[in-house]
Amino acid sequence: MSQADLTMEVHSSGMTIGPVFSIPTKKLAMWLFIIADTMTFAACLLAYGFLRNGTPNWPRPFHSITNVALMTFILLTSSLTMLIGLRSARAGDKAGAFRWIMITAALGMVFALLHIREWIGLMHEGMTLFKNPWGTGLFGASFFSITGLHLTHVTCGIIALMAVGVRYKGGRYNADDIEVLGLYWHFVDLVWMFVVPLVYLLNLTH
Amino acid sequence: MTTTAAEAQKSGGIGKDLVVYVCLLALAGLQFVIAYQNIDASQMFVRMLAVACVEAGLAELFFMHLWSEKRVFLWFVVLFTVSVLLGMQYGWTDSFRMINGAPFSK
Repeated sequence: MSQADLTMEVHSSGMTIGPVFSIPTKKLAMWLFIIADTMTFAACLLAYGFLRNGTPNWPRPFHSITNVALMTFILLTSSLTMLIGLRSARAGDKAGAFRWIMITAALGMVFALLHIREWIGLMHEGMTLFKNPWGTGLFGASFFSITGLHLTHVTCGIIALMAVGVRYKGGRYNADDIEVLGLYWHFVDLVWMFVVPLVYLLNLTH
Repeated sequence: MTTTAAEAQKSGGIGKDLVVYVCLLALAGLQFVIAYQNIDASQMFVRMLAVACVEAGLAELFFMHLWSEKRVFLWFVVLFTVSVLLGMQYGWTDSFRMINGAPFSK
């Protein structure tokens, strides 16, 4: 019996009502999580915009775009490798799917390491959560909060990629589970598209 | 997975994914170009946000396969998300008041 059959319900009038979205439960749950998480990131970015707009001496500490450009390239490429992994899984190529999922996880790790290296560099310049040498201390709080929240998502994604990849290889998960995980990974990528211009590029030293 | 989404993933080759990937890279590059334009911060913000919205739309529709889902689900996600995001804009006037004094109380 298909999931669609299971979720069918009989209305009191005797009419059979089909599911509105015709979407599996796990996938719908991930979409609802993504919508909720969108609100979390949007609230953080709006609060950041509010502070930046209302603070006259907002710092512009970033001198180079090399690191953030490299991070963006790596994260976008990891989305592509995730898609290839999903296609391999759908085609029944278990080894190929596992390999591409692990490549995606590895790219996520490189992204996280570059991020941490950047944080350490900023800390060496005197930036903390509450103060920095360039102006208002609110900059450090908002920067570390937003990028930290994103880095947490990336880290969770890497762990999930490895766990799901191993279980998929072992036969416990199937291609649908990889698709659900892929949704999360693409979402992490999508958030970065907003973090880069708002947090990094608007704060470049000209 | 819905039949339509699964079929779309099977039938569409890697070529479409690569095209979207290249478009996303190009749009990301465009954001970096905008960052070095000699324009004021508000204009820069608007342009970068517009590019980011296009990037997000492409990623959602094609990487997250929203385009292959039933239209009613696509509209549910889009309308719900956009309406809440618009609702969050409520506080902007206060941030302008902080930097420009209290124009609304005069």
